[in-house]
Amino acid sequence: MVRDSRQVKGGTSLDKKVAFDEDRCKGCELCIEACPKEIIHLAEHFNSKGFHPATVTAEDQAKCTTCLLCARMCPDTVIEIFRPDRVAR
Amino acid sequence: MSVKVFERPKALSDVIFHYCPGCTHGVIHRLVAEAIDELGVQGKTIGVASVGCSVLAYNYFNVDFQQAAHGRAPAVATGIKRCLPDRTVFTYQGDGDLASIGTAEIVHAAMRGENITVIFVNNAIYGMTGGQMAPTTLIGQSTTTSPGGRKPERAGRPIRMSEMLSQLEGAAYIARVSTHNAAQVARAKQAIKKAFQAQADKKGFAMVEVLSTCPTNWGMTPREALKWLEENMLPVYPLGELKTEPGLPEPSAVKTTVPTREVKTE
Repeated sequence: MVRDSRQVKGGTSLDKKVAFDEDRCKGCELCIEACPKEIIHLAEHFNSKGFHPATVTAEDQAKCTTCLLCARMCPDTVIEIFRPDRVAR
Repeated sequence: MSVKVFERPKALSDVIFHYCPGCTHGVIHRLVAEAIDELGVQGKTIGVASVGCSVLAYNYFNVDFQQAAHGRAPAVATGIKRCLPDRTVFTYQGDGDLASIGTAEIVHAAMRGENITVIFVNNAIYGMTGGQMAPTTLIGQSTTTSPGGRKPERAGRPIRMSEMLSQLEGAAYIARVSTHNAAQVARAKQAIKKAFQAQADKKGFAMVEVLSTCPTNWGMTPREALKWLEENMLPVYPLGELKTEPGLPEPSAVKTTVPTREVKTE
């Protein structure tokens, strides 16, 4: 199934540091294992493939340090990371 | 203004992987794609897919691909590289493919010093066919064809392909890396990039063995599988660079860049 990954669900905003492309997620929890801040959890709802997708609540977005560990461990490149008010590394 | 510091590499097609949840094939695919992106060789890369779970790799990499017969990917890659020496040619093979039916092809490709890059994914089991014992299966590991665990007196001991191939003079770069945590994934990325760089520098045969999980056939959750890999596979398959031809940069000298793209926000 070919999809457009550039369309991040929920759009991007200033305070959003970690964005999940929900329909790619298979709920494997490897990002939860990797997150040092323990802010990632599986959502209650199902995605189009029938998995509970990984997510971060709007309040917990502020706790994200954009360390990239979840994105590095994600086997399905679900996660995109945004670093606010900083120049690219 | 916020800056996107991590996104899907361009050398990966916009397709959802068919791999099981938590399978680290997806991580390794991304690392290979990132290495292709960073070296800027997407337009002239030709991959050779194996038989196994990664048989559909041509759907996932946004580069030219050829599907080889089971185990014969290094032989096919040899032909492609010799006909088109300016292309970056890599094979992506599992342990059932490379360490079992394809041992002749991989050993002789390394012996000849073919200037190709081999990504060898070792998860100690036959994944696609339903979890049978592979040559890389650990002693005591139960599989569908060794329900009481692998017994060395009947089935021998696990084969260490990296150690074996590093004895050959044609091999320029041989490394074993793992995917059981984010730090190891970052190291795996550096090793894969060096293996592609070795090909660009015409050093000879380069192989990276990546230890991977198979949660489905190991019968674990993906998180348990990462721990199982760390506790059981690492003692049998020690990590590190087994062979580095002089002239290849040290691991710390390889600059890892993160793809960046500015995103306009209100």
